[in-house]
Amino acid sequence: MTNLHGLIPYFRPYKKRLAIAIVCSFASVFITLLVPGIIGRAIDDLYAGLDWAKLARYTATIIGVSITGGLLLFLHRICVFTMSRHIEHDLRDDLYRHVQRMPFSFFGAYSTGDLMTRLTGDVTAVRHISGMVVIYTLQAVFVFLLTLPFMLRISPSLTLLLFLTMPLITWVAQHFGKRVEARSEEIQAIAGQISARVQENLTGVRLIRAYAREEAEEKAFNQINCSYVAQSMSLHQLFGVMRSLMQFMMGIGFVLIIGYGGTLAISGAITIGQFTEFNLYLARLIWPLIAAGNAINLYQCGMASLARINAIKNVEPEITEPTDVSELPPIAGRIEFRNLTFKYTGANAPVISYINLSIEDGKTVAFVGRTGTGKSTLMNLIPRLIDPPPDTVFVDGISLHNCSRAWVRASIGYVPQETLLFSDTLAENIAFGVNHADRADVEWAAEIAGLTDDVRNFPEGFDTLVGERGLTLSGGQKQRTAIARAVIRRPRILILDNALSNVDAYTEEKILTRLRAEIRGQTSLIVSHRISAVRDADLICVINQGRISERGTHDELLRQRGEYAALYEQELAEDA
Amino acid sequence: MHSANHLSNARQLLRRLKPYRWMLLQALVFLIVLDGLRITQPKFTQYAIDWYIIPRDLTGLRWLAAIYLGVLIVSALCQFFLNLLLKSAALRALADIRNELFQKLQRQDVAYIDSTPTGRVMTCLTSDVEALEELFTSGLTDILGGAIRIASVIAIMLWMDVRLTLVALITVPTFLVATTFFMRQTRHGYDVLRGRLGQINIFLQEHLSGALIIQIFNRETKSIARFSEINNQSRAASMKPIYHLALFFPLVDLIGAVGVALIMWYGGWRVMSSGGKLLSLGALVAFVQYSGQLFQPLREIADRYTGLQGAVVSAQRIFTMLSLPAEIQSPSQPRKTGRAQGQIEFEHVWFAYNDEDWVLKDVSFKVEAGQSVAVVGRTGAGKTTITNLLLRFYDVQRGRILLDGVDVREWDLKSLRENFAVVLQDLLLFPDTVESNIRLGREEISAERVEWAAREVCADHFIRLLPNGYHTTVQERGGGLSAGQKQLITLARALVSEPSLLILDEATNSVDTETERVVQRAVERVMHGRTTFQVAHHLSTVRKTSLIIVLEHGEVYEQGNHQKLLAERGLYWQLYQLQSSTLRVSVALPKLS
Repeated sequence: MTNLHGLIPYFRPYKKRLAIAIVCSFASVFITLLVPGIIGRAIDDLYAGLDWAKLARYTATIIGVSITGGLLLFLHRICVFTMSRHIEHDLRDDLYRHVQRMPFSFFGAYSTGDLMTRLTGDVTAVRHISGMVVIYTLQAVFVFLLTLPFMLRISPSLTLLLFLTMPLITWVAQHFGKRVEARSEEIQAIAGQISARVQENLTGVRLIRAYAREEAEEKAFNQINCSYVAQSMSLHQLFGVMRSLMQFMMGIGFVLIIGYGGTLAISGAITIGQFTEFNLYLARLIWPLIAAGNAINLYQCGMASLARINAIKNVEPEITEPTDVSELPPIAGRIEFRNLTFKYTGANAPVISYINLSIEDGKTVAFVGRTGTGKSTLMNLIPRLIDPPPDTVFVDGISLHNCSRAWVRASIGYVPQETLLFSDTLAENIAFGVNHADRADVEWAAEIAGLTDDVRNFPEGFDTLVGERGLTLSGGQKQRTAIARAVIRRPRILILDNALSNVDAYTEEKILTRLRAEIRGQTSLIVSHRISAVRDADLICVINQGRISERGTHDELLRQRGEYAALYEQELAEDA
Repeated sequence: MHSANHLSNARQLLRRLKPYRWMLLQALVFLIVLDGLRITQPKFTQYAIDWYIIPRDLTGLRWLAAIYLGVLIVSALCQFFLNLLLKSAALRALADIRNELFQKLQRQDVAYIDSTPTGRVMTCLTSDVEALEELFTSGLTDILGGAIRIASVIAIMLWMDVRLTLVALITVPTFLVATTFFMRQTRHGYDVLRGRLGQINIFLQEHLSGALIIQIFNRETKSIARFSEINNQSRAASMKPIYHLALFFPLVDLIGAVGVALIMWYGGWRVMSSGGKLLSLGALVAFVQYSGQLFQPLREIADRYTGLQGAVVSAQRIFTMLSLPAEIQSPSQPRKTGRAQGQIEFEHVWFAYNDEDWVLKDVSFKVEAGQSVAVVGRTGAGKTTITNLLLRFYDVQRGRILLDGVDVREWDLKSLRENFAVVLQDLLLFPDTVESNIRLGREEISAERVEWAAREVCADHFIRLLPNGYHTTVQERGGGLSAGQKQLITLARALVSEPSLLILDEATNSVDTETERVVQRAVERVMHGRTTFQVAHHLSTVRKTSLIIVLEHGEVYEQGNHQKLLAERGLYWQLYQLQSSTLRVSVALPKLS
């Protein structure tokens, strides 16, 4: 039930529509229920003897009433259907907005495929709650409410007898309902797995082909597929029992009518026409009851999906402040780490320990060190991709904890180790992080990133589509595009996390030199394995097992004859 | 053309149901029994009136009620088994289709997967297959069951009174006309709608994968706005079919009501004019009820109309994907299978990803078995393309590539690829344990061997520090592992199986120099006497190889060993000069003690 609470606000904007739908549903049910009465009266008249004109009038009345009822039904359905599509839309919009505000760790915990299932399949299942379930429920409720007086008018005792089975039907629905919900939640989870598996498979197509893992992949997929079938079957067994029981109980009504109602007719307590009428009313009840069965199924599946959606919505977004930071002044770029120790949740040991480092704005600081010593973690802390402990990382003297993420990020140009471009033109990809960029800006950024020559060879220059639907760029080209993407923002802080690993040392050197010349006064943090890339930095920090083991300029460090000097010697020896 | 398509789609669907025909046949039996019982219900009313109520026979009436109770129990059981059998057949057939699609993808050209948005393929395997479920289950019960019910109701009505039946059926053509009209009106709408849904998936796939980039660049608002736009389009596309759908159901109802009115009018006249001889009063009541039953299945179909229409569109998309031609296939009679010696030859190879944008132009070189080769050149010079061609991810347009003297196109595809171990540029790990990521499904590789490979590439140390060591599950985006660490795992994966040929595509560029050196030595050790193909920037790695191929704008600019190329003073010499100069311009190095 608490899950449903989350859905109620979505109905609010469509109150009017829902009200019209309720009124129309009531009116259409009322009007169509007049038909059995008309037929009953016609039969009684026939029994007694009837003339042509009267018969024609009965016929015309039936048709007239049906047209009115049909129109009302149309109105009712259109209101509910449109409402359900609006609600689906609103819910999906909200969910996406929510997901976009989720922290780094969230995307580790939920795979893309799983999130996609929640945003599509699950949202659709919830749409049914606001669509078909509403239609079915309103109809069932009104048919019951309105048939009741008609039936009571004929014979109160027969009517009461009929409704004896009602509590039983409700009990069945409730009893099975809970289990159905649990099982459909499992099924949706497997659906998420299926979609995640397909996604991984497509992303890893080269790897899978190269290692001839196709059959193993098929086997693994088949396994998920089979468990999907097994789970669905167990759900449908439940449905099956539930539906058969409900239909059986409804049928009991007919038995009672024939047995007890027939007796009443024989005794003359009711007329044959009334007996027929009663039968017809019951027939009218059958469809809403079957529909109610469907509604219960849909409702339960929808609730299961809603639970999955709420599970995501209940993850508190870490970014609660508005993203519009245009009125705030840009940061200067001073960065300070104060006694910073950081441990990932669940990890045994900290990745970073006791880092103390102050970086004046406009300086270039480089980080070198062995693989996996925490350099990337250190870089991720600055744009708050990972939250540092309080009062350990400062930007412009303000503890990161007290600054808005959006504000800090607005001044950062970040180039991660692994590049992701979007399926869009090259120009759009470069201009990704700025609100307005004319072609000159894009060309300028591309020039700094050393992309100009490559672009000249692309079929449509900067308008060439890249990514999934376009040209496949080489690793080095992707990395340079990512550099251009960061540079075009003219950031106060530029972070290059081993960002040119797929580019040769010479090109890297060239790009870094241009960067220094073009963007003056920016703070640069460079992680690299190449001495040539870090040599000119104002400060070089050697990171060893999460600590700064050496620091100084290139010359100072060489004179220290420590790790850095050894590294340099090695590289020189190898490349010379 | 449309109807031909539908016919072939229907044939395709039926073919997938064939393995479950016995299940379906049993279901059909239950269906017939169920419908048979269902149509007796108005008869019970009629007999109750004509036989017992009018003659005032109370005992007979009670018997009738008892019999009816029996009928109900049998109906409930039939309903249960019918649903179970149908669902079971449908779900299995759908699982088969899903498997079939997945298998198709495993054999589909890499070119197709490269050029088709992941989200679109995912839509096909998930929502499109799910849409078929509706067709297979409700479709079968409603359409098949409905047809049986309608036929039997008509039969009974004919048996009772031919003329009245004909009057009752006057409305049927109207119904058929209405249905075809709506079918035609909505099909296009559903086509558009499913296309929009595909767009949502494509967008989500990309923007959820890239969520972090979006956040770092403060693009959340923009991304949300763009999603909203696509979401809006999808909603707009859903609105048009909704109007038709909302109209269809009441219309079916109305046509039904007109049918009842006609029966009352003509039937009533017949009762009146004959004094109940031609048509009894009870029979008229039964007729009214039957006409209700005639329209009940139509109502049900009308109610599930959206699902059914959507399913038709989905079926079209699924079978289109299944019938896509795959160009790169294993030859039916491969000239060569099994383990290769490792001799590679490129003979005047020309290749372009599209049309005539040549990425490789007349590339020729020869690598002897056991030799180590390096491909150098600027980024975008076509180095990775050589890897793509060697593994037959793509086929050459002109010329040929020989492995052990046999064209790779004549090799058994699986054997060809099994001869290679590859470290690709993308650092891809599957969300599975570290051990499984190294083993990658090759069950014959022992845990000891996995650890050995990890030790060789300096990965053992950090793997042991992970919460569960080798059994730690890697998250989708490799959370918790640095790029360098991921690279070491992919290296261990390549070395673990002692391949005949090793391809390293910039395989050590995310690790530090020291680790790189250790890894290089490990590669030399493990690959001793086997062919190694490296795409590299570090001249330290390149220098030691026996053959260096310098690519420039897709052409082999020069080739030879380090000494030879330096002596030639060509492009390699230039690159070499540039790269060493980037280091050399520095202070004199004090001697290390």
